[in-house]
Amino acid sequence: MTDTVLPALRSRTLVPARYRAPGDRVFKTVVVVLASGIIALALAMAVVIYLEAAPTFRAFGYVSFLTETTWDPVAAIHGALPFILGTLLTSFSALLLAVFPALGVAIFTAEYAPRWLAEIINYTVDLLAAIPSVVIGLWGIFNFAPQIRDAVYMPIYMWALEDAEWLVPIIGAPSTYNFVTATLILALMIVPYTVALSRDAIGQVPKEQREAAWALGATRWEVIRNSVLPYARTGIIAGILLSLARALGETMAVAMLIGNRNRLPFTLFGPAATMPSVIINEFREAVEPLHYSSIMAVGFYLFIVTIGINLLASWIQQKLSLTKGTL
Amino acid sequence: MSSVEQGQAVQSAPAYHTNDRHPAPERISGEAPRMQTDNLTVRYGVSTFGIRDVSMPVFDRRITALIGPSGCGKSTFLRALNRMHDLGADIEVSGAAYLDGENIYQPGVDPVVVRRRVGMVFQKPTPFPTKSIYENVCTGLRLAGIRRKSVLDEAVQKALSDAVLWDEVKDRLKSPGGSLSGGQQQRLCIARALAVEPEVLLMDEPTSSLDPNATMRIEQLIQQLKQQVTIVIVTHNMQQAKRVSDYTAFFYVGEMVELAPTPEIFSSPKQPRTAEYLHGTFS
Repeated sequence: MTDTVLPALRSRTLVPARYRAPGDRVFKTVVVVLASGIIALALAMAVVIYLEAAPTFRAFGYVSFLTETTWDPVAAIHGALPFILGTLLTSFSALLLAVFPALGVAIFTAEYAPRWLAEIINYTVDLLAAIPSVVIGLWGIFNFAPQIRDAVYMPIYMWALEDAEWLVPIIGAPSTYNFVTATLILALMIVPYTVALSRDAIGQVPKEQREAAWALGATRWEVIRNSVLPYARTGIIAGILLSLARALGETMAVAMLIGNRNRLPFTLFGPAATMPSVIINEFREAVEPLHYSSIMAVGFYLFIVTIGINLLASWIQQKLSLTKGTL
Repeated sequence: MSSVEQGQAVQSAPAYHTNDRHPAPERISGEAPRMQTDNLTVRYGVSTFGIRDVSMPVFDRRITALIGPSGCGKSTFLRALNRMHDLGADIEVSGAAYLDGENIYQPGVDPVVVRRRVGMVFQKPTPFPTKSIYENVCTGLRLAGIRRKSVLDEAVQKALSDAVLWDEVKDRLKSPGGSLSGGQQQRLCIARALAVEPEVLLMDEPTSSLDPNATMRIEQLIQQLKQQVTIVIVTHNMQQAKRVSDYTAFFYVGEMVELAPTPEIFSSPKQPRTAEYLHGTFS
């Protein structure tokens, strides 16, 4: 038996396998090409956007383009500050609004809810995340925005006119499509992401970690605070930053609801703009070369901001990884 | 719940009773039990028994080892002693377990309080990885509401010394618990459990993930600890049971087959199944 089978299997030579199996080399070549293709593509994109934006940088300078408060294509003045401020303000406010409710939902489904209820909630959250943002924008335009203007903004504005005049320049006259409405919708849109990502992070906490806290006489909330949340913090923070990245890049619903005002100052209840919203609104009309390259420049900075956020996310993740450092 | 729900003093707890399957050796009735179970039964789902009608004492400041083949119910029994089964879905516990004469399963008993008096150390070391060594040991004390720094400092030093870890970590109490070696982590977990001064310490295969050297240190530690605390240890290693324990209980298919002083059970087991297991007829 051994005499008949083994000789066929046994290699007669000690020459390394790579010289005998061409399939190995072919496969390796294919995956190397594919993987480096991704990097090349990303780099090429950055380079092309930069080159297209170059005329704007030459005309206004890298820094002045960032600090100029006016965007007026007719007068050929292009400043990105309104959009950068608009993007950062809407995104961070939306994140602030979304994080705590989202964490609450994630903790509730992972730790408190009976399984059937948790499944219903999780399913609904996933469903919310899957709604195309243009659909949310539609609902916002025709239903949410006018209603919240009449029910909330108007009374606040009226009250401010009467009793708190110093507030008026901050909140501004309510328009249907405005900064606050866009922020609220943005918050609503990132909640499912934050919930899903932090839920997964909480789900990764080993049973032993929970039991260790239980065995010390911890109550349910104490187990969550002492054992679950610290263990899951890296994942939760990563989830929050990914939600932020999504908020920064969210285009459609924001462009539909923010009212699109291209110059500072913005007011809370007045129209504003973000980097994605100005790009989506103006790319069709950008026939002037400078206008076109300025839109490219806004895109270039958006690219930089999102890359920055992602780098920050991975840096924080490393900083907080379980083996390093205490909080 | 069981028929036995009066839980007063130790004397009124049911005497260690037995039936044909669970003969009680007369010799051990002289010791004072710290815990005592009475027909303790744990069911997973409707029909799967984890343990069935286990009645046995856990003697005060003695080390009781639970041995038996995998799936015999020894861990299930251990976890029933501090109500860890409350946390699992579809687990039903019946019968009684007395701690100082009080049934921990009677209505109105707060499982959180039970777990503060009956501590537990797990198979894998489970330090809280984001907390410092100091804070790991403090966790139970802080949960109990202790805030005074001087009290905490003292308790941490005592617990770490009792766990024979103090000398190794006293200069780096602020570094994370996860930075220690496996054996140190397990001693940290023991220190964490000891810090709240439990009456009983349950250990679920505490050395199974450690190397021989670390195992030896933990075994020495367990021997020292019995001066102050009652210990129940689950082990899959018969030699370990022989080395560390005063009493050994043999579990098989969810039942407690035999409980006897350790030298006795290893030299002259009364039950044929115990003898077969100890002699390696099955495992």
